[in-house]
Amino acid sequence: MTTTPEKTALVNVTIDGVQVSVPPNTLVIRAAEQIGVQVPRFCDHPLLAPVGACRQCLVDIPDAGNGKPIPKPQASCTLPVAEGMVVETQVTSKVADKAQQGVMEFLLINHPLDCPVCDKGGECPLQNQAMSNGRGETRFEGVKRTFPKPINLSPQVLLDRERCIVCQRCTRFTDEIAGDPFIEMVERGAQQQVGIAPDAPFLSYFSGNTIQICPVGALTSAEYRFRSRPFDLVSTAGVAEHDACGAAIRVDHRRGKVMRRLAGNDPEVNEEWISDKDRFAFHYARQDDRITHPMIREDGELRPASWPEAFAVAARGLHAAGPSAVLTGGRVTAEDAYAYAKFARVSLGTNDIDFRARPHSAEEADFLASFVALNADVSYADLEAAPVVVLAGLEPEDEAATIFLRLRKASKRGTQVVALAPYSTRGLGKMNGRLVPTVPGEEAAALGSLKDAEFGVTKDAVILVGERLAQSHGALTAALELARTTGARLAWVPRRAGDRGAVEAGCLPTLLPGGRPVADASARIDAATSWGLESVPEKTGRDGDAIVAALVKGDLSGLVIGGVDPDDTSDPAATRAAIEAAGFVVSLEQRLTEVAALADVVLPVAPVDEKAGTFVTWEGRPRPFEGVFTKPGSLPDLRLLAGIADELAVLGQGSPLGFRTVAEVRAEMAAMGPWDGERPELVLGKEPKRPRAKAGAHALASWKLLLDRGSMQDGDANLAATARPAVARINQAAYDALFGLHDGPASVVLTGDRGSVTLPVEVADLPDAVVWVPANSFGRGVLADLASPGGSVTVKGAK
Amino acid sequence: MSIDVLTPVLTDNWDQDRSWTLAAYEEQGGYAAMKTALGTAPDDIITAVKDSGLRGRGGAGFPTGMKWGFIPQDNPKPKYLVVNADESEPGTCKDIPLMMASPHTLVEGVIISSYAIRANHAFIYIRGEVLHVVRRVQRAVQEAYLAGHLGKNINGSGYDLDVVVHAGAGAYICGEETALLEGLEGRRGQPRLRPPFPAVAGLYASPTVINNVESIASVPSIIRNGAGWFSSMGTEKSKGYGIFSLSGHVTRPGQYEAPLGITLRQLIDLAGGMREGHELKFWTPGGSSTPLLTPEHLDVPLDFEGVGAAGSMLGTRALQLFDETTCVVRAVLRWTEFYKHESCGKCTPCREGTWWLVQTLARLEKGQGSEDDLDLLLDQCENILGRSFCALGDGATSPISSSIKYFRDEYLAHLTTGGCPFDPAASTTFATTGASA
Repeated sequence: MTTTPEKTALVNVTIDGVQVSVPPNTLVIRAAEQIGVQVPRFCDHPLLAPVGACRQCLVDIPDAGNGKPIPKPQASCTLPVAEGMVVETQVTSKVADKAQQGVMEFLLINHPLDCPVCDKGGECPLQNQAMSNGRGETRFEGVKRTFPKPINLSPQVLLDRERCIVCQRCTRFTDEIAGDPFIEMVERGAQQQVGIAPDAPFLSYFSGNTIQICPVGALTSAEYRFRSRPFDLVSTAGVAEHDACGAAIRVDHRRGKVMRRLAGNDPEVNEEWISDKDRFAFHYARQDDRITHPMIREDGELRPASWPEAFAVAARGLHAAGPSAVLTGGRVTAEDAYAYAKFARVSLGTNDIDFRARPHSAEEADFLASFVALNADVSYADLEAAPVVVLAGLEPEDEAATIFLRLRKASKRGTQVVALAPYSTRGLGKMNGRLVPTVPGEEAAALGSLKDAEFGVTKDAVILVGERLAQSHGALTAALELARTTGARLAWVPRRAGDRGAVEAGCLPTLLPGGRPVADASARIDAATSWGLESVPEKTGRDGDAIVAALVKGDLSGLVIGGVDPDDTSDPAATRAAIEAAGFVVSLEQRLTEVAALADVVLPVAPVDEKAGTFVTWEGRPRPFEGVFTKPGSLPDLRLLAGIADELAVLGQGSPLGFRTVAEVRAEMAAMGPWDGERPELVLGKEPKRPRAKAGAHALASWKLLLDRGSMQDGDANLAATARPAVARINQAAYDALFGLHDGPASVVLTGDRGSVTLPVEVADLPDAVVWVPANSFGRGVLADLASPGGSVTVKGAK
Repeated sequence: MSIDVLTPVLTDNWDQDRSWTLAAYEEQGGYAAMKTALGTAPDDIITAVKDSGLRGRGGAGFPTGMKWGFIPQDNPKPKYLVVNADESEPGTCKDIPLMMASPHTLVEGVIISSYAIRANHAFIYIRGEVLHVVRRVQRAVQEAYLAGHLGKNINGSGYDLDVVVHAGAGAYICGEETALLEGLEGRRGQPRLRPPFPAVAGLYASPTVINNVESIASVPSIIRNGAGWFSSMGTEKSKGYGIFSLSGHVTRPGQYEAPLGITLRQLIDLAGGMREGHELKFWTPGGSSTPLLTPEHLDVPLDFEGVGAAGSMLGTRALQLFDETTCVVRAVLRWTEFYKHESCGKCTPCREGTWWLVQTLARLEKGQGSEDDLDLLLDQCENILGRSFCALGDGATSPISSSIKYFRDEYLAHLTTGGCPFDPAASTTFATTGASA
């Protein structure tokens, strides 16, 4: 395990004649790193428990610290330092060097040495260390062990057993870190191999990490296998765009094309792990429907246009349309969000802007404005240190994978996870968590009940609330109340990468950039001064749902929309109707989506790997990244908005935004700075109207699985094949009532106010009259095909 | 040589009618030691075992009483006794006959030992292939339960003990104590990283004593006759008696129970000499993992120190005797094939090394290769010995390096004749002038 340097007394050891002081319990192999000696190793991994299996890291111990030598060479990956210990590595000890060379020779006798066709060749620890710590020629003239190769461990992960040196890093990772021990060693001796149970493939959300930590080419992905050689690749650091966790990634590319993505190493955020979605889902930006040039609508058809023409047409259209609004989705970077926020205020003269392309509420907007903006109270490290972590409206394994891994690590060290959820998910089980069974809509009461001392929510606890809590009236207020009464720290965890940045950048009807409340005159003056304007609009804007309603009604006519999928919104049909009803629509999109196809002007925007930007994590931690590629026609949203703003200014509407590049926006954001004045109060509004539940109806619980039909996972069939199947879940009593003693797979027909869907059914420990379905794993998703947010459904058996 | 040199204690009742039954065992005074022990303070039993000088009979010779003393009695977790009855070493054949002939000796030892270390659960891990032994021990445990020697409040003493008889699944490695614990917990039989040692965190991460069958079976006699009686036998540092298992080209193979320090010359005399017309060529003192010895070592005292000084190990006192008809290369190849088959695969030197050793040896046995291959073999052994995770890898090298040390010329003879110069039939027990058995 990683040893955190402590302030306690250090231990003095001598390694290869060099004295070094390290914290107690440091392993010799790490202590040697401190003096620049790399002892060769395979099974050793700093984030996994020591195992001492490969024996590659043998060193000589002439003095164990007690004045006596250890007679046999010792595995330095399992041996902690002792005061006065003397270590001789391969650098100074012939015994250690011979031991290492011997082990290396053994490792290679059954290894196929097919480096020329192996994906790992060029970045292979076995290859590299065979060069540094092995002999040039083999003495083995016998017969190598062979296996048919490769075999599938999952649709994505392939195993070449001949190459495997059975270091057990992969099986240890799945067991210790991910908690998905789908793979295990089977057989023995030279036949020992990694295996799966016949009916249980390696379907872990984190399976790709095993490929990355495999020290040979035994594990490969169907995705990347045989695609390129490491020495042809250029690596650029990046930030994962699939959730709000900000996982560091490494993007490996060749000739303008991303070939693969790997986990970056950031101890403060994702350590060395990422989810399979962060690793494999990057083909969405290279699909056939990628927009490569601006388009404008002429005689009902979209036709290609030049950038100047498109900007001019967009500006003229918006100018003519009159009252206009801005809707953005979760993919925007903080810089782009800032540009949208400024564009709405400066060019469109409105606060009608909302990034929440999902069910939302006024209570949530208040919560974001009063509590979330500018808040950086909780970090990943705090999750590890907290005795209790409460989860409400958040299923980390699906919605925030990096948080899940951190909480699992924390739970193994004693942190108690308490989840307000409809049932005990597999993820909760892996965190050894405690379930507080919660009927959807009753989260506020459940949060209130956590004040009870038995839950241990004290000032050291952390409460994580997910964006889904917006759908449960009073829940965010209750969470804040719980935090205030107990002293526990609270953090809001949105699902998408751009969400937190959009809050900070002011993509809300109530909030200007830097957390400045629209309702606060001094905040408006502050913003206006910063932008060199007389004033900014003072009327509180419409939120997403209100913008949709106003477009349909005709109160709004123009719409600038970027990164919004109508099926994600609280009323997909209404959103579609609003886009059709709008007098003029400008769409900023990567691909020719349904929205883009309806727009009057379509402006192609750069995907994350073609621009610089910043995602802000749920913690409030900025995660800036630079573009992987520079492509002339691929521009960030902010550049396009600046182009439209310039043309609008020519028409006498608003003024130029004053920036054209990401760097300029960053400088402007830094100059503007955060709001240091008063924060608005959270006001619990009236409970919104809900469709009345029919008698016998089930409350609908739902969230998006990590791998589902999301458009940012398009283009990787192997990844999609590892997704969890769409099933409905009901409790045993409901199942028995529907199916009696029927044995075998069963399906249910769910019917809500928006449609009907048939899904296989499984039993879970749900409360009575609650059904769970995945939100986007069938059809167009729950909101389009089944029921409104907070709605209810009837459940019937299907044969 | 007089038969008086033998000290039958464990084997004393083997000739009794239906010696494995509770009735027969109790008729000979069985379970009296248990009753004595249950009326004694546990620490006094540990002291007695310490004073007796009993050393582990599974091969390593670690002082049994000291091992028991390592159990932290202030640890709130339960304590466990685990009996290692996974007797799988080629040549070793003492525990299986003991459990067949007198399983109650073991059960009584288990009760006393568990009481001493304050364990309320004990496990007997028996090699899975010997189903007849598993059944016999199961029946003995059942009889003990029925007689009130096991279960709640044993014989009214207030002491509770449950014994579980567990059958292994066919892995030599599970004789390694931590691999045994893994197997007992239902996991893959592979050795564990130490520390923590089993005495601190063994079975189910609780303090655990793991002892060989013969060690535990020796405890009742110590309680019955006293530590002084036990330590009066044997040599200065290797006290007591032990079962010596003679097998191979000897007239009367079998179990000879004698004080430690007896010599092979004495034992062969007791066994009626080598098979008629033949003479000893080489032998193992304690199973195939102990380096070979030759007739020049016939007078080495068979105790831990004596055999160690001769360059081998006392091991399990499995004396395999080979006469001059045996090809040492062939015998060593067979053993090496065994280690290759049984290597658990966890660590590189053992997993890959045994794979390679077999191929090199097989070539030599067929007369292929060159003298350089002998140096290669020795170098391979050097790279395995002391480099592997547990002692299995070390053991795999013993027959090879010791045989090359004593019989290098015989290896070379294979190369010069282009094959094995021996008639394999001549070494079999059905050879025309053969040993009986």
